Amino acid sequence: MKILVLLKQTFDTEAKISIEGGKISRSGVSMIINAYDEFAVEEALKIKESLGGEVTVVSTGDDGVQDALRQALAMGADKAVLINPGTDDVDEFTAATVLAKAVSGMEYDLILAGWRAVDDGSAQVAGRVAEILGIPIAKLASKIDVEAGKATATCEIEGGTEVIELPLPAIITAQKGLNEPRYPSMKGIMQAKKKPMDKKGLGDLGLDAGAVAAKVKVLSVSLPAARAAGKVFDGEPADTSAAVVKALREEAKVI
Amino acid sequence: MAKGIFVFAEVKDGKVKKVTYELLCAARKAANALGEEVCAIMAGKGVSGLAAALGEYGADKVFVAESDALEKFTTDAFTNVIGSILQEQQPSAFLLGFSIRGRDLAAQLAQRLGTGAASDCINVEVENGQLVFTRPIYAGKAVIKVSIPEARPAIATIRPNVLPIDAPAAGKTAEVVAVSANVGDVRQVIKDIVLQVSSRPELTEADVIVSGGRGMKGPENFPILEALADVVGAAVGASRAAVDAGWVPQSIQVGQTGKTVSPTLYIACGISGAIQHLAGMGSSKCIVAVNKDPEANIFKVADFGIVGDLFNVVPILTAEFKKILA
Ligand SMILES: Cc1cc2nc3c(=O)[nH]c(=O)nc-3n(C[C@H](O)[C@H](O)[C@H](O)COP(=O)(O)OP(=O)(O)OC[C@H]3O[C@@H](n4cnc5c(N)ncnc54)[C@H](O)[C@@H]3O)c2cc1C
Repeated sequence: MKILVLLKQTFDTEAKISIEGGKISRSGVSMIINAYDEFAVEEALKIKESLGGEVTVVSTGDDGVQDALRQALAMGADKAVLINPGTDDVDEFTAATVLAKAVSGMEYDLILAGWRAVDDGSAQVAGRVAEILGIPIAKLASKIDVEAGKATATCEIEGGTEVIELPLPAIITAQKGLNEPRYPSMKGIMQAKKKPMDKKGLGDLGLDAGAVAAKVKVLSVSLPAARAAGKVFDGEPADTSAAVVKALREEAKVI
Repeated sequence: MAKGIFVFAEVKDGKVKKVTYELLCAARKAANALGEEVCAIMAGKGVSGLAAALGEYGADKVFVAESDALEKFTTDAFTNVIGSILQEQQPSAFLLGFSIRGRDLAAQLAQRLGTGAASDCINVEVENGQLVFTRPIYAGKAVIKVSIPEARPAIATIRPNVLPIDAPAAGKTAEVVAVSANVGDVRQVIKDIVLQVSSRPELTEADVIVSGGRGMKGPENFPILEALADVVGAAVGASRAAVDAGWVPQSIQVGQTGKTVSPTLYIACGISGAIQHLAGMGSSKCIVAVNKDPEANIFKVADFGIVGDLFNVVPILTAEFKKILA
């Protein structure tokens, strides 16, 4: 079973956001594997452990992304591929075009990805990749079973779950609850250093800047107004409760 | 030339979802500014009867794809059917809710049509003759405004419960246009559907949410939140700590790795207010927090805070709500 995992490096979820020169500043921010992609890596490793095969992590971005890929290698992935799009002006169309092109030159039975990235929250890239590759997709999986020629995923729907069967090759996106990602072991970290990291540019994929030019244009970036702290009531529950309910009706007018 | 602001009219359990009305009202305002028409696309089985009434919320026309093959939602069938309507009609924009189905379709359709899509937007405006979308990024820690200057249609998914629904124009009906529903090759086979029976509203669309965290101490205590939820007609949510402890299902987690919610009123009980939790509920219009720790972070964002033991406070709060809502 050859499994590919689409992986994005994102800001640590604790990161403080600041703006410099009209852009989100990356200075002083520690970078991590997107939380949902970590579930995808873990699931790929589990499938490999039960069925055999190979796990390749694929990402797009600059050299800094190697850290996230190395971490996935340290968890147990076999190979990493990193495509540098050569620009910061990247949208979901750009990322998907680059990733799909990289993937189309590889062998795969199954592609896993996180359902969204926690930074831009777009939830688009995996779907776009499926569309470009012409393979079926199931999103928001909390359980995945793979056998010869097909995958079965339990996916979140509104008000419940559904079980979807897909012919392979297919792409499935991970939702929280799918598994508990493992920590890399010391041995894994040592081994990761020797595992292959294939770095490519757009030209190596036969793409140029025009082919990946972002369709969405950012007009402005700002920080939201901080929420002002409100009134805090301390005292007997009977008094505080009555005061808050009254305030909700008379001041906030929400009930 | 591309023309018309189109909206995905999402139908669930035989009803038009609330977010559809939010989209239609936003589309109507934008269309008025641009001199375009508003059209909705509705697809499913047994949905035709719901179409004309969308006129009250601003739709001029509704394209309806009615088919037994659309009874269950599958990515392939809905993408194929809606994709061909969009290819034929060439609208300038297509708006969907950032619901599970809406964002699923938005990604597939945007790529099929070779266009851009702005996800999880909280506002749509017309500036200099084009649509400008506002969207939070980094879990609400920054906000960007974006446009899709050239590619058409400009696709956007809008966060449910954020945009207002204008008073409906009673009796105004939309022109209903039946279109063929060629579902094509559907590769997702739905083997089973398991629905949790709940009389409560859907979390992402709920007007009021009562949430519990680690302070709830265990699953056996959630009924006190449910009692409050029942009185105020709320959905029940939870922090990650409560979910990871196995007290409540993942599906009700609010936050960065859970649901993003925008209720009018969010009542957080025994939740400390970690940055990843705020990421999911920070856009609530009014926040009430009950926490025994006066230093808890949640009080920094709450409009009204109660310092106290939730096991004493919540039942009394419930009784107070009952009095005032009686
Ligand atoms: C990558 C990542 C993603 C994450 N995603 C999410 C997410 O989506 N959602 C989320 O919620 N968290 C998320 N977290 C976890 C987050 O950092 C916090 O750990 C979590 O929100 C804490 O939950 P809590 O507030 O319920 O628990 P705690 O932080 O333990 O707080 C419990 C609170 O209850 C109060 N309390 C205790 N007993 C009582 C009582 N009897 N009466 C009143 N108050 C009481 C305490 O004073 C305390 O403030 C994420 C973390 C990471 C690293």
